[in-house]
Amino acid sequence: MSKTLFVPGHTACAGCGQSMGARLVIDAAGPNTIVVNNTGCLEVFSTKYPESAWQVPWIHSLFENAAAVASGVESALKFLGTKDSTNVIVQAGDGGTADIGLQAISGMLERNHDILFVCYDNEAYMNTGIQRSGLTPFDTNTTTSPIGAQSTGNVRPKKPMPEIAAAHGVPYVATASVGFTQDVQRKVKKALSIKGAKYLQIHVPCPLGWRHESSMTIQVAKAAVEAGLYPLVEYEYGKLTAVRQIQPKPVEEYLKLQGRFKHLMKSPEEIKKVQAIADSNIEKYGLKTQA
Amino acid sequence: MFGPLISKPGSSRNNKTGSWRTETKPKLLKQNCIGCKMCLLICPEGCITGAEKNTYACDYLYCKGCGGCAAICPKADIVMIKEESKD
Ligand SMILES: Cc1ncc(C[n+]2csc(CCOP(=O)(O)OP(=O)(O)O)c2C)c(N)n1
Ligand SMILES: [Mg+2]
Repeated sequence: MSKTLFVPGHTACAGCGQSMGARLVIDAAGPNTIVVNNTGCLEVFSTKYPESAWQVPWIHSLFENAAAVASGVESALKFLGTKDSTNVIVQAGDGGTADIGLQAISGMLERNHDILFVCYDNEAYMNTGIQRSGLTPFDTNTTTSPIGAQSTGNVRPKKPMPEIAAAHGVPYVATASVGFTQDVQRKVKKALSIKGAKYLQIHVPCPLGWRHESSMTIQVAKAAVEAGLYPLVEYEYGKLTAVRQIQPKPVEEYLKLQGRFKHLMKSPEEIKKVQAIADSNIEKYGLKTQA
Repeated sequence: MFGPLISKPGSSRNNKTGSWRTETKPKLLKQNCIGCKMCLLICPEGCITGAEKNTYACDYLYCKGCGGCAAICPKADIVMIKEESKD
């Protein structure tokens, strides 16, 4: 059996991107880590009572307050004098991060607790049946942004959560993708080597909610980055310091892999709008490789 | 004490999720493996082990048959085979 800190037997769907992400994160962090988990798929599938897939201390409280609970854990470790030898990681889905947990996260960042917040961004409330969240992309078909005669799906673009985190001026903010596994682990290690509040948002495809084959998780994740729809960036103290450069591919290459965007394939006008979002990312972050 | 407490780390191993597989399972051919570790890194179950090239193995007690390892192997050294196949 492998030496992972996130062991088999959990009840995630086959091909779950979030379970890949969770293992990359905890194995990069190592055993001296305390994990605080918001409500969401990861919490549900990894701790089916009375069992747990975690090999580290792990606590679940509520959907909205994991960052506040982690702030308390960190403060207690400081009081005990053991904070420097213990990582504190909070982890949540996109709903638990960008919507329901946002005020607790903002407080954690503003007080600059020595904590790494990890958002596993599967771009909807997956555990309750694919409802849109603040991180659901434009034109996505979800159960609360359904397509129809008058609708091409979600009407709003993704909330700029990494920039909101960076605006707090914290030492480190980054985005990552399970399509780039070593990059995820490098960013986790880098974040944990820095004292203070850190925010890491990892793009994790959900085969069930995005409607793609379970074997395609990594391919889909890579395609998002390569289209410029999921820029991989790093901020230090509020300033953009690094980006992963790409040779941008047309957004169709990414969209066509997933059932949640199937309706766009008959609608060149809508694809143009999604392409405009990618183009603006490419321009804004300087994503394009200089030939 | 408050709330439900789980005191056994890693006790999810009691769930033999291999029974979830429906049609296919991965076969690690161990011929052209270069030991890149990608299958191990991306396995959502964490049920692939190995260190050197051509030593990687899958624990079918837990493998849900997602096929991610076969898709990512740069040497096509992992193939998905019919569940009922003997090897
Ligand atoms: C305060 C509160 N509201 C709603 C719920 C119901 N609920 C449980 S999990 C979940 C979805 C979580 O979505 P997200 O945070 O994106 O994580 P995912 O399941 O997608 O990984 C919801 C709405 C809850 N448990 N608590
Ligand atoms: Mg989600």
